[in-house]
Amino acid sequence: MYEQWEGFAGGNWQREVDVRNFIQKNYTPYDGDEAFLAGPTETTKELWAQVMDLFQKEREAGGVLDMDTREPSTITSHAAGYLDKDKETIVGFQTDKPLKRAFHPYGGIRIAMGACRDNGYEVDPEMVDFFTKHRKTHNDGVFDAYTPEIRACRSNHIITGLPDGYGRGRIIGDYRRVALYGVNFLIKDKEAQKASTPHVMTEDTIREREELSEQIKALKALIELGKIYGCDISVPAKNVQEAIQWTYFGYLAAVKEQNGAAMSLGRTSTFIDIYAERDLKNGTFTEEQIQEFVDHFIMKLRMVKFARTPEYNALFTGDPQWVTESIGGVGIDGRHMVTKMSFRYLHTLENLGTAPEPNLTVLWSTRLPVSFKKYCAKISIISSSVQYENDDLMRVTHGDDYAIACCVSSMRVGKEMQFFGARANLAKCLLYAINGGVDENTRKQVGPKYRPITSEYLDYDEVRAAYSDMMQWLAGVYVNALNIIHYMHDKYCYERLQMALHDRKVTRWFATGIAGLSVVADSLSAIKYAKVKTVRDETGIVTDYIVEGDFPKYGNDDDRVDLIAADIVKEFMTYIRQQYTYRGGIPTTSILTITSNVVYGKNTGSTPDGRKGGVPFAPGANPMHKRDSHGAVASLASVAKIPFKEAQDGISNTFSIIPDALGKNYTVSTSDLDVDLDLKLE
Amino acid sequence: MIKGKIHSLESFGTVDGPGVRYVVFVKGCPMRCQFCHNPDTWSMEGATEMTADEILAAYDRNHPFYKNGGLTVTGGEPLVQIDFVTELFEKAKAEGIHTCLDTSGAPFRKDNAALVAKYDRLMKVTDLIMLDIKHVDEEAHLKLCSFSGIPIRDFAKYTEQRGVDLLIRHVLVPGITQDDDALYRLGLYLGTLKNVKALDVLPYHTMGVNKYHELGIEYPLEGVPALTKDDAKKAREVILSGMREERHILATEHKED
Repeated sequence: MYEQWEGFAGGNWQREVDVRNFIQKNYTPYDGDEAFLAGPTETTKELWAQVMDLFQKEREAGGVLDMDTREPSTITSHAAGYLDKDKETIVGFQTDKPLKRAFHPYGGIRIAMGACRDNGYEVDPEMVDFFTKHRKTHNDGVFDAYTPEIRACRSNHIITGLPDGYGRGRIIGDYRRVALYGVNFLIKDKEAQKASTPHVMTEDTIREREELSEQIKALKALIELGKIYGCDISVPAKNVQEAIQWTYFGYLAAVKEQNGAAMSLGRTSTFIDIYAERDLKNGTFTEEQIQEFVDHFIMKLRMVKFARTPEYNALFTGDPQWVTESIGGVGIDGRHMVTKMSFRYLHTLENLGTAPEPNLTVLWSTRLPVSFKKYCAKISIISSSVQYENDDLMRVTHGDDYAIACCVSSMRVGKEMQFFGARANLAKCLLYAINGGVDENTRKQVGPKYRPITSEYLDYDEVRAAYSDMMQWLAGVYVNALNIIHYMHDKYCYERLQMALHDRKVTRWFATGIAGLSVVADSLSAIKYAKVKTVRDETGIVTDYIVEGDFPKYGNDDDRVDLIAADIVKEFMTYIRQQYTYRGGIPTTSILTITSNVVYGKNTGSTPDGRKGGVPFAPGANPMHKRDSHGAVASLASVAKIPFKEAQDGISNTFSIIPDALGKNYTVSTSDLDVDLDLKLE
Repeated sequence: MIKGKIHSLESFGTVDGPGVRYVVFVKGCPMRCQFCHNPDTWSMEGATEMTADEILAAYDRNHPFYKNGGLTVTGGEPLVQIDFVTELFEKAKAEGIHTCLDTSGAPFRKDNAALVAKYDRLMKVTDLIMLDIKHVDEEAHLKLCSFSGIPIRDFAKYTEQRGVDLLIRHVLVPGITQDDDALYRLGLYLGTLKNVKALDVLPYHTMGVNKYHELGIEYPLEGVPALTKDDAKKAREVILSGMREERHILATEHKED
């Protein structure tokens, strides 16, 4: 029993690593409103002004302020960095200077060089030499194993965005463990795991022992990282400031080691609140101080940056980190999990102003307290920066201690991880079905030479059958590519720190993804309900389609087409499930191209729904632009028909609305018609 | 079953009555208001025919969205298709749905007993009426809408007698209704109606102009600048001051009785 645990209700969490048990035994649901919140302190304002100034300078410098070009980033590679050491209550940067981008060569030296070059920097030639001749990278490994077929699919953009040259991300370490247990406890746990591996040295056992050793080394380095900033994180955090700081060190170590496609934080607010409640009760800190810690923590998360190439930024639109933090939700015992800390996190959007990172995500349930729902609405209105996810849906599968990685990938914190899987372009796959595997843009035989559709007008049954065959082929190539990628990532760019903050037995979600769903649904609907005429070039390849007549369009709550979309997802997922997956990964899929839909559309020719070649796809599971003519609810209802069990990695719908269209601020509601008119009779 | 002539359906209506509403836009309108932003609903041509059951089926599919809102019929002028609207609202009320009628009141004729009987039936199943008062002065009303304001006032008085809540809407147009004197007198008039529960003043906007161009109709307010929310707020205050004054007078008279 650590003295840092005094005042907490005991439980299994004291005997083994079990953060959820600690939370459930100790958290205080909060049903009140936001009146208790404190504004920014003078120190916070000063620090934030400094950060805004740095951001401005970064923009003026063309997007990057400074880059490290010779020190491969590790947990302990850099000396301490500060904004203003005396003012920061939460400390730590990825390198020795704020916004200086670290050098991450393990994913691929060429990408790291590209990221530097594109920003006007050159990687140290010695480093290039070393990572070319002496130390193999993930990227090299993948390309050693890729088949010609996979390479063709990749370069013809039917499989896109594969994490074969950059960090896969999507793994959330349980950073709270650092605060609750201190790192020594975690090291002992990992050592015990290592001591209990099977005796026969099979390949699996050897790998497990090597990985556990790496994890232990990473945890030892984590203690060193604390020391660099003058903190002893080998022992548990003793108050809320330390709990935030220790948690942040865990996260910081992860982003120092990995330049992943999404480096999400987890679900920390209700955990941290337990410390805040204890400190408030004991008089250790005031509300204003606690809010200051939170503001400084969020400030740090806003400054997480990676060195990336323009192609990467084009794919993901901008320079996103996906520092997603999941807030709220409801426990499986029925108590909601909103605490004062849930408010404090959202309140940073008021204290520091609006920002896309960290990606504050509310796990929404109909059973959240009304005052919190109202506060969320208020913050959404002023910041447009809150993401919402359906807790009622996800809790069924993931319980009440899951978090979102990236934008929608749900996983139990510290118990489940994901092999990120990019996307298969199902719209292009439909064109391959029609053209017998020939790419409509490059004219190369990419897919199998199946019999093409030769009729002038497309016949639904014929196209649909050909499409099934082509999807089956695509699922095979796609999963094979991902198997290679994840094998090599584990081998050359293993997330040792993040995995050290996981249980020994980890469920691995083998993620895949779909792009172009609404294009496929509308195309098949057009073929079925209207007449679609093919336009062919001299070689017989269909280059364009003429739609004659009207057809039901996805996004209008019309089952005729919505169920086509749902069936496609189900069918493709069936083909995915038929494949062998690396390390027993459980296949899932997502429909969530929130930003890369533009790039996918650009590389896809005209489609039978009348969409012209190069026109962007709709984002995620959205209906195609301007085809939903019955308003938002009907549009959402179409999306809601996609079965979650077939797309468990998430279904996204991007929805923009101007505040005025959400109702009038003097609009009355059914129950309070009289409130509006202040016509007092004297 | 009667078939309504429908222009379009909006599943996420947030400005046509309280809460989130399922909004039915009907075709056909006898008025030709200069600022009308839905000229595509004037004629009955090109309407989609739908029954009340079909509309309610669409509503029911997504009813959780409307639990703090309900169903609104607007247009066009719903009262042109009063039989259809009545059937729709009767069925909706049977399901406990909040009903809102967005109307100009123009088709009302107080001396037509058969018609009033129809209105009586509709009022029984109408929770809220959003009534547009186009202009307080008859002459200006005729000019603005090519239609008399008298049946509209008759309708307003009638709704008061029937005890149906009114949400008054008034469009503020530069040079036409943006006139403090007229606004104040509008307030005096509205103050006489005891069933007015809310007042929306809408700043004139030009978002309907394109529709005129697409339909090849000359836009009567070409060149008139759009107004701001602040303009509308100020105008609303003027109307409210008129309403307060009238209510005050009425209260005093009542005391003297």
